[in-house]
Amino acid sequence: MRAVNHNQHAVEKILARAAGRASVFAGQIVECQVDLAEVNDLYLQTIRSFHDMGGKRVRHPDRITFILDHYAPAATIQQAENQKQMRQFCREQDIHQLFDVGAGVCHQVMVDEGLVYPGMVLVATDSHTTTHGAFGAFGTGVGATDLAVIMRTGQLWFRVPEVVRIELNGTIQRGVFAKDIILYIIGNLGADYAIYKVVEFCGEVLKDLSISERMALCNMTTEMGAKASYIQPDKRTFDFLRHKVNVDYHVFESDPDYRYSTDLSYDVSQIEPQLSAPHSVDNVAPIHRFEGLSVDQAYLGSCTGGRTEDVGIAARILDGRKIHSRTRFIVVPASKDVYLESMAQGYIDILVRAGATIVTPGCAACLGTHAGILTAGEVCISSTNRNFPGRMGHTGAQIYLGSPAAVAASALEGKITNPVRYLNGD
Amino acid sequence: MKKTVKGRAFVFGHNLDTDQIYPGRYLELTDAEDVGQHAMEGVDPEFVHKFEAGDIIVGGRNFGCGSSREQAAYTLKVRQVGAILAESFARIFYRNAINLGLTVLLCPDISQHVADGDVLTVDCATGRVINERTAQNLQAEALSEYVIKIIESGGITSLIKKEYEGG
Repeated sequence: MRAVNHNQHAVEKILARAAGRASVFAGQIVECQVDLAEVNDLYLQTIRSFHDMGGKRVRHPDRITFILDHYAPAATIQQAENQKQMRQFCREQDIHQLFDVGAGVCHQVMVDEGLVYPGMVLVATDSHTTTHGAFGAFGTGVGATDLAVIMRTGQLWFRVPEVVRIELNGTIQRGVFAKDIILYIIGNLGADYAIYKVVEFCGEVLKDLSISERMALCNMTTEMGAKASYIQPDKRTFDFLRHKVNVDYHVFESDPDYRYSTDLSYDVSQIEPQLSAPHSVDNVAPIHRFEGLSVDQAYLGSCTGGRTEDVGIAARILDGRKIHSRTRFIVVPASKDVYLESMAQGYIDILVRAGATIVTPGCAACLGTHAGILTAGEVCISSTNRNFPGRMGHTGAQIYLGSPAAVAASALEGKITNPVRYLNGD
Repeated sequence: MKKTVKGRAFVFGHNLDTDQIYPGRYLELTDAEDVGQHAMEGVDPEFVHKFEAGDIIVGGRNFGCGSSREQAAYTLKVRQVGAILAESFARIFYRNAINLGLTVLLCPDISQHVADGDVLTVDCATGRVINERTAQNLQAEALSEYVIKIIESGGITSLIKKEYEGG
């Protein structure tokens, strides 16, 4: 029998607690109780699989949430039918945590609603569940049938991951954001660098990074293949969660002698605004390589780059100005709360007057399922997370991923634009 | 789980993502027949006209990366893929494929040894792969006991149904 592991990472401690074990080690297969399981409206199959596996009553209805974010609201009969069946299921199963169309993108909604907290195991039918590592949670994505297993049994098997440590030092330059930093890192390491692993961020840069920016970092780790991400909760985390979360959570800390699978560090002072060019997320280069390229659509939204801070930076750049006549600017607040806050701050007013189109909080065109689709030959700059062929519509469209600031500056000029020149003031 | 699979290889590059395996605009479809119509449409719209039941998909690194959409695995199941061999798999796709009872095998460097159209014979239990054209033997990683158990039950749905019967 293996001895208790005294050199555990915080993530290992989270999984150990959830698995009812004293300790776990990398590579081990464990069955974990899941604190929160989320289903979004792409996955009616979850309900079908649940029934196919003999499910009658969901084991823990209070640990399930359904968030209707991809078809917000339904734009086809099929979408409407799928959502109808989900609502019905929630009613039948006493699943009260149903966030219907307009609530927003699942990951943002869960944070807004105080459902995310340190030390929890959060599983969702979405790959960007890694976002919640920003709060010291173990957040990971699965498919429909795995989620059905959780509904049926309350738990799911996981292979305990190794952890990659990424230390961020230096000072972020003006006009540079978390999105630029993570794009730089993904471009540097490659799309499969962190397969099956957790990516942990630490270092002096984090201290001053807002929660919104931390979420952007953690969200994008999926694009390096990460299973989950992790940022050790600190005062900023606790201040953020104080009035949101009602749960008595436990904050785990990594043992000082824990051995990371790799230790990397980056001096962010050297990083300038980046873009990820078609057609893979790791195809990253400084924005100046692409400046001047005409843009048909600028898109600001998603769990990656659609928060109030993101809408706010766009408003700052576009205040009193109008976007270029050849460019459509689609703005999708990531949630109802983001929408309300953006309205209260006057951002929506500024953006609409500048020529932006505001879309219902949700996933919209981020993955080509809803409002803001591209056709062949169109060029789009987006604050979202993927640029694979066909990601936002036609396989012949070209998607460049960048920071919300770069998206707004490009909408203004009608071509790919380094936002720094619009952020030099104050 | 089929002991041996023999079929033509359809070879794809590294980082083949699930948006290409099953494009986003079809995610609202739920019935098997509909889902099966769009397999690999993002990367090869002719795939469904060429691929026959029992044929084999060969990928490079990080096969199935990106979105968690189970439809990407499901559409290949509907097309009756014999096996999926790749140098590495994205974890969510791997889980989805296993859960649906598909044979997924990790085969280092396979991209260098298999060309489109090569006829492969795959021993699913041992992971041995024979390329008929080159007469080469390749060795994929044998499936773990845990995974074999799922595949042999026909997928996680059958397995859970049995294990939790009456509960």
